Amino acid sequence: MSSEMITSSEYIKHHLQNLTYGKLPAGYERVDHEGHTEVLTQDTWTLAHTAAEARDMGFMAVNVDSMGWSLFLALFLFFFFRKAAKMATTGVPTGLLNFVEWVIEFIDSSVRGSFTGKNDMVAPMALTIFGWIFLMNFMDLIPIDYLPFVAHSAGLPFFKVVPSTDPNVTFGMSIAVFLLILYYSTKVKGPGGFFAELAFHPFPKWMFPVNLALEGVGLLAKPVSLALRLFGNMYAGEVIFILIALMPFWIQWVLSLPWAIFHILIITLQAFIFMTLTVVYMDMAHQESH
Amino acid sequence: MNINVTLVGQTIMFFMFVWFCMKFVWPPIVNALAARKQLIADGLAAGERGKHELELASKRSAEVLHDAKVKASEIIAQAEKRSAQIVDEAKNAAKEEGDRMIAAAKAEVEQELFRVKEALRQQVADLAVAGAEKILRREVDAKAHAELLTAIKEQL
Repeated sequence: MSSEMITSSEYIKHHLQNLTYGKLPAGYERVDHEGHTEVLTQDTWTLAHTAAEARDMGFMAVNVDSMGWSLFLALFLFFFFRKAAKMATTGVPTGLLNFVEWVIEFIDSSVRGSFTGKNDMVAPMALTIFGWIFLMNFMDLIPIDYLPFVAHSAGLPFFKVVPSTDPNVTFGMSIAVFLLILYYSTKVKGPGGFFAELAFHPFPKWMFPVNLALEGVGLLAKPVSLALRLFGNMYAGEVIFILIALMPFWIQWVLSLPWAIFHILIITLQAFIFMTLTVVYMDMAHQESH
Repeated sequence: MNINVTLVGQTIMFFMFVWFCMKFVWPPIVNALAARKQLIADGLAAGERGKHELELASKRSAEVLHDAKVKASEIIAQAEKRSAQIVDEAKNAAKEEGDRMIAAAKAEVEQELFRVKEALRQQVADLAVAGAEKILRREVDAKAHAELLTAIKEQL
């Protein structure tokens, strides 16, 4: 919590707001914490100081914390995996390599279990998804005020450390998966085949508008459900950590410890579900016909 | 919680990292794993083969040992037979030699006997002739009776 007295509702809202960098238009009225109003004389690129400002920045704004953390975590992940890849030999594996091989064999066996097509991209993508989402979710286990406190001391108005509680991040990844589904469906089945799959199924051909509507919803539901499932789980977990953090400090551990332990399961499970569903969708995209 | 350009950024990063993983992380490790699997399989197969070969070799060595024993006992038996033969031969040769020597000795003795008898016979004849000469010198002419005397001498 920041040093000034704030209400519980403010605390919660503060924790759920991303650090947003964007453009405020000329004539925009900025209201600071003390209630002073400042009217901008020209278009200004700046960090949003309130949730309203972040909203008013519109689409052309960046959640600096989400982007920064997800980039940092991906670099962290691939720094170690690349290091292990350079170490990889046929000899006896040790330390880091051992761990990385264990992860890769786990991913490889689950991809082999659900992906029947032939595509060298799917298994590395599964590894990227699992490792990256796991690390992003893992940020949830860092005590909730540590990093925001440091950021606040550095003068940043907001700082959300769990990228997967930002729908931009989860939708960003699920849209990438969706694009891959469209790409491989078209590539493997041909545009006609892909259309036929959407239009001539499950009802007879003359009912193709109904088929198209049904299958279209089914297709769109894939990225939406992927993104919302991950976002919902992580967001809810984050909210519960925030609520626990509102309790008196001497009793917090009674709830936060069990929840954190349970959360270890959730973060792993959510990463695994995202990965497995992506692999299954890829498998469906690679299947010639029903 | 606004949808903004972060979405696009995340999508781009996703593709970037998938590409990186596909290019620089996944293949070396998976190849190393496959190569190690192959190596272990080869090692196990070689071990199995070695064991098999050891079994064969020990079997072969047992056979060779057995053969050698059989051959050795054969050689010993042959040698014994040969030695017995040699001893027999030597015995026979010795006996023959002995017999021969005895026969020679006997022949010599007989020859000597014959020679002595002859000499004795000559002496007796000479003696008889001398006695008869002495007798006849008084009575008869030696020449007239020589024929008779020779006939007696032949009969002896």
